[in-house]
Amino acid sequence: MSHVIEMLHIRKEFPGIVANDDISLQVEQGEIHAILGENGAGKSTLMSILFGLYHADEGIIKVKGKEVKISSPNDATELGIGMVHQHFQLVHNFTVTENIILGKEGGFFLDRRNASKKIKALSEKYGLSIDPDMVIEDISVGMQQRVEILKMLYRDADILIFDEPTAVLTPQEIDELMQIMRNLVAEGKSIILITHKLDEIKAVADRCTIIRRGKMIGVVDVATTSQAQMAAMMVGRPVSFKVEKKTAQPGRVILDVHHLNVMNSKKVLGVKDFSLTVRAGEIVGIAGVDGNGQSELVEAITGLRPIESGAVSVAGTDVTHASIRARNEAGIGHIPEDRQKRGLVLNETVAANMVIKDYYHAPFSRHGLLKEDVIETYAKDVVKQFDVRSGEGIFSLAGKLSGGNQQKAIVGREMVADPQLLIAVQPTRGLDVGAIEYIHKQLVLHRDKGHAVLLVSFELDEIFNLSDRIAVMNNGELVDVVKTSETDEHEVGLLMAGVKGKEGAK
Amino acid sequence: MSKKPKQKKEFKSNDFLIALSAVVLGLIAGAVLMAAIGSNPFEGFLYLFRGGLMNIERIGNTLATATTLMLVGLSVAFAFKTGLFNIGASGQMLVGGLCATLVAHHVFLPRPLYLVVLILSALLGGALWGVIPGFLKAKFNVHEVVATIMMNWIAYWSVYYFVPAYLKGPSLETESASIAVTQSLRTEWLTKMFHGSYVNLGIFVAIVAVIIVKFILDKTTLGFELKAVGSNRFCAEYAGIKVNRNVVVSMMIAGGLAGLAGLTFYTGYARNMQIGVMPSQGFDGIAVALLGASNPVGVLFSSLFFGMLQSGKGFMNAMTSVPPEIADTIIATIIYFTATSVLFKKFWDGVARKMTIRREKEVAAQEAQDAKDAQTVAGRLAEPSSGPDVSLHPSRESIGPVSGGTDGKEVK
Repeated sequence: MSHVIEMLHIRKEFPGIVANDDISLQVEQGEIHAILGENGAGKSTLMSILFGLYHADEGIIKVKGKEVKISSPNDATELGIGMVHQHFQLVHNFTVTENIILGKEGGFFLDRRNASKKIKALSEKYGLSIDPDMVIEDISVGMQQRVEILKMLYRDADILIFDEPTAVLTPQEIDELMQIMRNLVAEGKSIILITHKLDEIKAVADRCTIIRRGKMIGVVDVATTSQAQMAAMMVGRPVSFKVEKKTAQPGRVILDVHHLNVMNSKKVLGVKDFSLTVRAGEIVGIAGVDGNGQSELVEAITGLRPIESGAVSVAGTDVTHASIRARNEAGIGHIPEDRQKRGLVLNETVAANMVIKDYYHAPFSRHGLLKEDVIETYAKDVVKQFDVRSGEGIFSLAGKLSGGNQQKAIVGREMVADPQLLIAVQPTRGLDVGAIEYIHKQLVLHRDKGHAVLLVSFELDEIFNLSDRIAVMNNGELVDVVKTSETDEHEVGLLMAGVKGKEGAK
Repeated sequence: MSKKPKQKKEFKSNDFLIALSAVVLGLIAGAVLMAAIGSNPFEGFLYLFRGGLMNIERIGNTLATATTLMLVGLSVAFAFKTGLFNIGASGQMLVGGLCATLVAHHVFLPRPLYLVVLILSALLGGALWGVIPGFLKAKFNVHEVVATIMMNWIAYWSVYYFVPAYLKGPSLETESASIAVTQSLRTEWLTKMFHGSYVNLGIFVAIVAVIIVKFILDKTTLGFELKAVGSNRFCAEYAGIKVNRNVVVSMMIAGGLAGLAGLTFYTGYARNMQIGVMPSQGFDGIAVALLGASNPVGVLFSSLFFGMLQSGKGFMNAMTSVPPEIADTIIATIIYFTATSVLFKKFWDGVARKMTIRREKEVAAQEAQDAKDAQTVAGRLAEPSSGPDVSLHPSRESIGPVSGGTDGKEVK
């Protein structure tokens, strides 16, 4: 069998950490090859080496049998390697065509028409259904990703690297992407898929290389390996997918949202006449397609967004017009949706980030003076408990942590503070199964301590796994609240689409 | 595994090395310039440095020049930490200086008490001039660069009006009457100690300010908030920190520090105020803050260095054919190199990495035997590899427990 890509004995060190330790990767012509590993296992580093963003300290790279030296993304492009980054690299007020030809304009005069034609042809060939004349800011995230794919195809890439491509997509978009990947392979392309989602690997990949803590664990044939086996290899121990939990013992009302109306950023009502209660000792999941008012609801409860009308109370305290700090003190913990924007100060240390909400009171400070030793001990404890990995421990800058470890740090901070009401928005986004399992367990434990948990997730599996009750949001309104034990994904799916009551379910 | 080597820190690139690289390269660029205009660079530098440090009096003048720069540098650095660009230090200096000059002319008290009043007046004047742009930023989102530049000109023209109207000197319309030496920051023992130089009590004000600012930034909850707001205001907001209040406080303190700079300049270094002059120190302070990496201690040293260049350039000009502008060019070049410090950081990181790798190789060799022993033991304990058809890469002899493999290099 011919290998289009061979990376042999790759080693890459960063100060304080060995990101890749003797890793080898062999991708065959026309296959979808998955790279599976926990957060911070070294997947992205390996791909960055292949794409010329980093240089390996040791090891060789062969492309189509020939040993090559890739010292920049341009070299990679020349060799037919293309990469779809997790964060799209598009100019928002440019059209699809303009974005795709950017850097490949050719000549002094732009030949948009020909480029546009070529893009259209490519789009049809691979079933991408992209209109080359649309402006980026007007198209959905899923389409933007397809523009990224087109960009690579336009540059004649035949080895495509997808870096966690589904992290930003809705379930429908994920299905479409899977189909596109199959089309690409059918047309003779080879794909490297970086992910930690096992069902995606099961759905499309042929073979899978598993990496754990910078070391290669093995290469498996996806068809003959179960998800549990792959998960165990990735994490280094057996993993359970189902969260064990007892029936909920709901107590007094902790969160009471009463006829809430909230404006969204476009100055129209994003949350409409929304009422919901969450009791002590239960997890209420909010299900809904992204962009149906979940963010606005959470921001209104936590104080990040003003409330038009209605009321919010937490543990008996009316916080409708309270400051954010007053709400935190009333007992709200909040795992925010956007970890880099809201969750962390990236150029402060992990230690500072662990007390970002609590630095101002005892025991972390007294009379306005910080108690560094207390803060450090506390931070070390959180980091240890939630297995946050970083080069220099709590003295690492938060921005130097991998995405998954950043998320673990935030979740750790919020959970260790032990709030009466924990609002968890996408708490396991970007995490691997091992970490997801741990955080799910912690959320249930939080519930069992007699606290309330409001869970917002776009992944139905997660909602069903954790929630005792499911509140479904559509277009800013509460469609219905159902008990998890009395419903199924089909009914909730219909509710998410706004089909109300029994007539839809039956 | 118990003797895990401690992470060595001494070779890490740091702001000091970066600043030093910038200074050295700036001086080299200055030398090239001197050579290009046909002067002898060694001679030029000799007189430049001698001009700043040749004798006690000149050292005193260097200190006096550095005093003002230090306080302005602190002002700019402080605002930087909160993510604000205080380009209005000149105006804050003018207002602080004007307040101090007014006090010097009209308030007569026992010396210690008088000094307190004098210092407070400058502090408050500058703080007022800083707090207005801070308020505009917090309330109406007016960019502080625009607001502070406007405030500079308001201060400039206010002085233009105030000095001739209320503080006119006996002879000249364009400057205020000189204040009595006893009403200034000059003090006999310092002047004597430095053989009659301009050095004054301001140097102690500046050093105390460095200590206080460092303390605020590193040790207090206020500093914690200010830095959080400066680094990520969205996260600060999320955490319940009052972002707008911190913007106002930060500009107020920055303004106060610049006001103190005005105090040291107009009632210490000089003893009168001229109209129609925007003090250039307000902008030099940006350079001081940049070279000092916005760190109070960095600012202390960078202001001393710039103070030396400033006070030495006249002597260089007098003794050689090198124009004083060369000193300014050196400063500018240093700023240029500081601004591109990313390159130095990469360079020093590279050096550091090579050093650690060499060390670790030694450590690895030493520990190789231990690791082997550990692996044979651990290998027996490892889970039996049942299950999937695992085609291991040929080069890997054993999967082994991963936790045992990376010891020495992996840091907890």
